[in-house]
Amino acid sequence: MAVDGGHRDSGCNWEGRWNHVKKFLERPGPFTHPDFEPSTESLQFLLETCKILVIGAGGLGCELLKNLALSGFRLIHVVDMDIIDVSNLNRQFLFRPKDVGRPKAEVAADFINSRIPGCKVVPHFKKIQDFDDSFYREFHIIVCGLDSIIARRWMNGMLISLLSYDDGVLDPSSIIPLIDGGTEGFKGNARVILPGMTACIDCTLELYPPQINFPMCTIASMPRLPEHCIEYARILQWPKENPFGEISLDGDNPEHIQWVFERAQERSAEFSITGVTYRLTQGVVKRIIPAVASTNAVIAASCATEVFKIATSAYIPLNNYMVFNDVDGLYTYTFEAERKENCSACSQVPQDLQFPPSAKLQEVLEYLTENASLQMKSPAITTTLEGKNKTLYLQSVKSIEERTRPNLCKTLKELGLSDGQELAVADVTTPQTVLFKLNFTN
Amino acid sequence: MAATQASKEQKYDRQLRLWGDHGQESLENAHVCLINATATGTEILKNLVLPGIGAFTIVDGHTVSGEDVGNNFFLSNNSIGKNRAQAATELLQELNSDVSGNFVEESPDKLLDNDPEFFHRFTIVIGVHLPESTCLRLGSVLWSASVPFLVCRTYGLIGYMRLAVQEHTVIESHPDNALEDLRLDQPFSELKKHIQSYDLDKMDKKDHSHTPWVIIVAKYLEKWLSEHNCQPPKNYKEKEAFRQIIREGLLKNENGFPEDEENFEEAIKNVNTALNPTKIHSALEDLFNSEQCNNITSQTPTFWVMLRAVKEFVHSEGNGSLPVRGTIPDMIADSQKFINLQNVYREKALQDAAAVSKHVERLLQSVAKPPESICEKDIKLLCKNASFLRVVRCRSLAEEYSVESVNKDEITSSMDSPDSEMVFYLMLRAVDRFYQQHSRYPGVYNYQVEDDISKLKLCVNSLLQEYSLNVNIKDDYIHEFCRYGAAEPHTVAAFLGGCAAQEAIKIVSHQFVPFSNTFIYNAMSQTSATLNL
Repeated sequence: MAVDGGHRDSGCNWEGRWNHVKKFLERPGPFTHPDFEPSTESLQFLLETCKILVIGAGGLGCELLKNLALSGFRLIHVVDMDIIDVSNLNRQFLFRPKDVGRPKAEVAADFINSRIPGCKVVPHFKKIQDFDDSFYREFHIIVCGLDSIIARRWMNGMLISLLSYDDGVLDPSSIIPLIDGGTEGFKGNARVILPGMTACIDCTLELYPPQINFPMCTIASMPRLPEHCIEYARILQWPKENPFGEISLDGDNPEHIQWVFERAQERSAEFSITGVTYRLTQGVVKRIIPAVASTNAVIAASCATEVFKIATSAYIPLNNYMVFNDVDGLYTYTFEAERKENCSACSQVPQDLQFPPSAKLQEVLEYLTENASLQMKSPAITTTLEGKNKTLYLQSVKSIEERTRPNLCKTLKELGLSDGQELAVADVTTPQTVLFKLNFTN
Repeated sequence: MAATQASKEQKYDRQLRLWGDHGQESLENAHVCLINATATGTEILKNLVLPGIGAFTIVDGHTVSGEDVGNNFFLSNNSIGKNRAQAATELLQELNSDVSGNFVEESPDKLLDNDPEFFHRFTIVIGVHLPESTCLRLGSVLWSASVPFLVCRTYGLIGYMRLAVQEHTVIESHPDNALEDLRLDQPFSELKKHIQSYDLDKMDKKDHSHTPWVIIVAKYLEKWLSEHNCQPPKNYKEKEAFRQIIREGLLKNENGFPEDEENFEEAIKNVNTALNPTKIHSALEDLFNSEQCNNITSQTPTFWVMLRAVKEFVHSEGNGSLPVRGTIPDMIADSQKFINLQNVYREKALQDAAAVSKHVERLLQSVAKPPESICEKDIKLLCKNASFLRVVRCRSLAEEYSVESVNKDEITSSMDSPDSEMVFYLMLRAVDRFYQQHSRYPGVYNYQVEDDISKLKLCVNSLLQEYSLNVNIKDDYIHEFCRYGAAEPHTVAAFLGGCAAQEAIKIVSHQFVPFSNTFIYNAMSQTSATLNL
């Protein structure tokens, strides 16, 4: 029986522990990556050196931590800003009822470290934005199990900002591979991103169509569906009636949901609409996405397989996008997502803004938020005028918003902008500002 | 009691939104049997325990080895030497206190020898890493007992699943892109009457702009039919002309320019949908023509009695069409117009379901069964899903493995494509052959890899010869499968664990459509295929 290489910590090793893994590290094979060399040192690299960052300790995160730990990875960090909720327990298997209210990252790390001897998961009960490049630079591979496109784009932008170019040539040692997984009900996808080399999140933004909200006139005066009645209570009645004082609606507060539910029931009765239930109310207010253990298991497994392949060069990694759906039988589709030539995140090409000088700044703002390839959330636009930095519009700070709001009604000409002017745009979707070049049209 | 129900509703909220309370109930009434608590097995169970399967029983005669603990989240190193069924049950049970976990410290072969009916009590049996002979023996017992059997294995970077169920009916298939059931090509009398109650030419602007597109299309279609010898628009040219006519129906402002009427834009956009002929697709026709549907006895399962009732409805009250589904998509309209239109469809659906109920009653009477044996709720559910009913039938393992009935065509035609996953199926069959001959799998130890390649190649050739399969398997695959050494890498086991668990949930809940009948996953390329063997 093949014996494991020695690891000093006796509780962490036992005979045969890594047998399943070693066959892929120590034996040559006909389908391995061209760079692969069988060696007993690869396992040591995984156990002692390879640093992986897992973003998210939820449905995908729990699975990812387990998968990585059982594949030989030990130096794992996990970031998650959330605390555990009872509705997580149907799939986030590192958590128990007694853990409700505790930080996900911490509970997950504790569980893995105690179940998998030798594994050293380090938790961070933080937002990804709380870290800067010095933190992210430390990792060999980063794998995301996020539930937010904004967060994905931010992570994507961060890794792109770490890239270094020598005379326009990308330095491969500055590339940190990003494995990204996402799930929704019975559907999911896993992708491999090599920042600066392969399609990034923003290159394929059209794959994530913007969420459609119901038109206000429907909600306000022409409800037809139970959802319209719920949105009426949430958007119109709550701010007007402030039933619990001047606080915003908290989707996690059952009292708040109950209030919305009752108002929605009243409204639906008025219009003879059926179908308003507590469950539907909660779903609409919290924008709940249904989730099960199985889909998360599948997608996290694909992602972890890719982490293993990249860390060990065992096989050629996924190139570069896999889609999964098990509503009707089981279906996977694997394809190569293409880089976008003028991607706002990774192309290094200043983005083109084509507007007539008579266009109002408001139009530019709308373009930045509504364009399918940009989908910014609340862009802050600054530029350099007469040698000085000038904020044209910024939404996130109240005083600046008030001060710059009149600019929205001014034309680009009135604002003193000229053809070819560079505008720097900051937004939550990216850690770096995006440069735009103004191109005046007739 | 109420507190537990409320907390279960909270805990299971995210999945209840997928399969509903009734789906959850069927899960909680199910008892799953897992044979062999390998990593693949425990991952499958994890994904069944978390959503609240009623009970599980692990059958496993093996003792836990160091290797087992290395890739299995539900075995710890202090269980080395203990029975694997027991050790895994402890850590799986701990995931969800709603679930009842059991174990049997016995090999499936022993159970088949001494008490084959042991397996009859289960809702589904999941066999993991079973040697071929055990698999076929068990398969035969379960097939005769009509217990669904799901065979799974992880072999190196290849995942494999095989479903063996004689007949699995699905009422709620939840199709992704269902066509609407609007009946505009053959409006029923109440719909006709409702359409007639509108006079587009006499409406004020507000009403005109808030008339549902279904009414608009219906009105213009009426006109078209009267002018085109009762022939609806058929080709692109005619449909474009039809769209144009609708466009001309837009109100004009004082300058003669068309107003912005979103409902008319919706009508134009939905012309194709609206003109979809109401018809029963061939898969359903096949079900209507099947033995079970036509030969109703007192043993006939509920699904077929209801289907027969629907068939009779189609041939009588339905005038060739299924019961009306009763749902319409949201569309721009004022509340009242929309609700009124929706009610026309809803009431017709109720009426049709009631007619189907009468047929059900008659059928039950004819086989001396009480009318309450099939409830109103189930009949309504079937009527609503009439267009989406599915029946999955798998060939038995015996049929797959028999030389007489092997699916040669499927194998050889798949092997024509260079990237087909079929080669992995054949390799798995070959390693099973190897195991039969040598009582071990190829390449488990480093020193065996080289020598086993030629031995495995002999197994491949004998397999192809026995089944007269004129296909070529490249040496690279034989080498790779020796290299695997029957390893079970955790990530591949986890992938399969997710797939298999969901298929088991489909079987138990009768919602969503299970695969049929063989699924292969290739972790090297992250591709997969479903084969019919």
